[in-house]
Amino acid sequence: MNSRKFSLFDFFNITFITLFSIVVLYPFWQTLVLSFSDAEQASNLGLNLWPEQWVTSAYEFIFSYGDIGVAYLNTIFRTVVGTALIVTLTVLAAYPLSRKDLPYRNTITILFLIAMFFSGGMIPDYLLVKNLGLLDSRFALIIPTAVNVFYIIIMRNYFMTIDKGIEESAVMDGANHLTILMKIIVPLSKPVIVTIALWAAVFHWNEWFHAMIYIQDDSKVVLQTIVRDMLVDVNPSQEAQVSGAGMGDTQLLLSNVRAATVMVSIGPIVLVYPFAQKYFIRGIMIGSLKG
Amino acid sequence: MLLAPMILLAIFSYGPMYGLLIAFKDFSPGLGILESPWNNFEHFKRLFDDFLFIRALRNTIIISLLKILISFPAPIIFALLLNEVRHMKFKKVTQSISYLPHFMSWVILSAMIVEVFSPERGIVNYFITMFGGDPVHFLASKSAFIPILIGTDIWKEIGYAAIIYLATMSSIDTGLYEAAEMDGANRFHKMIHITIPSIMPMIIILFILRLGSVLNAGFDQILNLYNPLVYEVADIIDTYVYRAGLEQFQFDYATAVGLFKNVVGIILILGANAIIRRKSEHGIW
Repeated sequence: MNSRKFSLFDFFNITFITLFSIVVLYPFWQTLVLSFSDAEQASNLGLNLWPEQWVTSAYEFIFSYGDIGVAYLNTIFRTVVGTALIVTLTVLAAYPLSRKDLPYRNTITILFLIAMFFSGGMIPDYLLVKNLGLLDSRFALIIPTAVNVFYIIIMRNYFMTIDKGIEESAVMDGANHLTILMKIIVPLSKPVIVTIALWAAVFHWNEWFHAMIYIQDDSKVVLQTIVRDMLVDVNPSQEAQVSGAGMGDTQLLLSNVRAATVMVSIGPIVLVYPFAQKYFIRGIMIGSLKG
Repeated sequence: MLLAPMILLAIFSYGPMYGLLIAFKDFSPGLGILESPWNNFEHFKRLFDDFLFIRALRNTIIISLLKILISFPAPIIFALLLNEVRHMKFKKVTQSISYLPHFMSWVILSAMIVEVFSPERGIVNYFITMFGGDPVHFLASKSAFIPILIGTDIWKEIGYAAIIYLATMSSIDTGLYEAAEMDGANRFHKMIHITIPSIMPMIIILFILRLGSVLNAGFDQILNLYNPLVYEVADIIDTYVYRAGLEQFQFDYATAVGLFKNVVGIILILGANAIIRRKSEHGIW
């Protein structure tokens, strides 16, 4: 491109995008400020972008009184085990479906596709989990969502683009399907596997609805349900209600405590974000409309 | 290899489909799905006499159409503007910021939204009182709730949705732009005659798909933001199913409501897919 001068349009465009970015980030920043404030600072927060005093009482409070430690471990558990399970099952299903020599391939593919378009819905899902005795079990958060047809189709499509020549020569050498999958297909499919693993991890980290309806036991709560409880327990007309005694001399609002819980809950995502985003972007390209 | 995925699929996808039978029965948990008596479509007859269902259906369509009208074009405009930025570093940083909220759950985002609109501490009411107004309880206001739904929906998804458009734009042959410059085109001419036509097929496909999911008005978002004061405008089919089924334990009726939505939904989605298939020779699946 040849050199062009900075026009009035550029000026407005850059200004607009900058303002837009500030608007996007502001709620995050406000939450951070609230989490490091006490009741007094919170109640005249206004435009304050910086707490007069950074107080850590809200964090001390959630770590000494709440279930946050337990919730963290439970969230990590479901994210790690759940993601591993999704990725494994996706690879296991995608490989046979990608092969033209699979018997009844079309029928089986249609069985998977039906499950993507049509589902029993919220209540039958709930009753099934209940009847299987999985209520209040960590597995209720992992097993029912372990087979994700959308991921399987994406991975199948990717596998189908892999050159068959390599596979055929492996078969000549006497390799069986498991060897072909593990030694040839999986190593060649790293980008799509990483993308699906990240999708699955974000899904499990953020998932709150199943955790809310399937889990009542305090020892099995996840971070999302803790935030959710702090969100709905407040009567909107009494938002300013003080949540408890606070720490030592400092008074805390529910808002401070909730903000601290939010910061703690999104911490890992924000930390991983700069490194993982290129995989997400690649993911949306792989996932979109690759017919 | 397919055995494990297929068993799980049978249990957790086809199992609940079998559970749909209770939509046609007087379900009692003691009798179970099979033994509960059939009830001659009573739940479906009740559906259209149920004021709350009609209200939920109406709200679903209104909210969804407003989102399509406003949230759908937003990322296109954002992508066009970002595409005009020539400072690569600025472009990259602002784009990364723009899709940060996409990776947060509605629970987390709602906790932030509640603070932003809080009558006591929120920045919006701070400005209102600064100019002499009285604080407004936005999330409890019937007139403000839907605009908040749409605004926060844009906030969450604009950046992520723009990625696909930006990627399409970056694959446009630069020769086209150079040729246009030779002919004396300025950047607005180029935007209108080259960039927009190049992303048009993508826009059309995504638009039709979005229309196909018109019955999904945003369950996660609404369940976390609404409260009884705004049910009148905010209660959608999914939130109604949730309350009827899991809070009031009318399992059979709530299943019928959900089934109604799923059946209409699948017709719309398959219809959308058929249109795309006809238009572009290749469907989505």
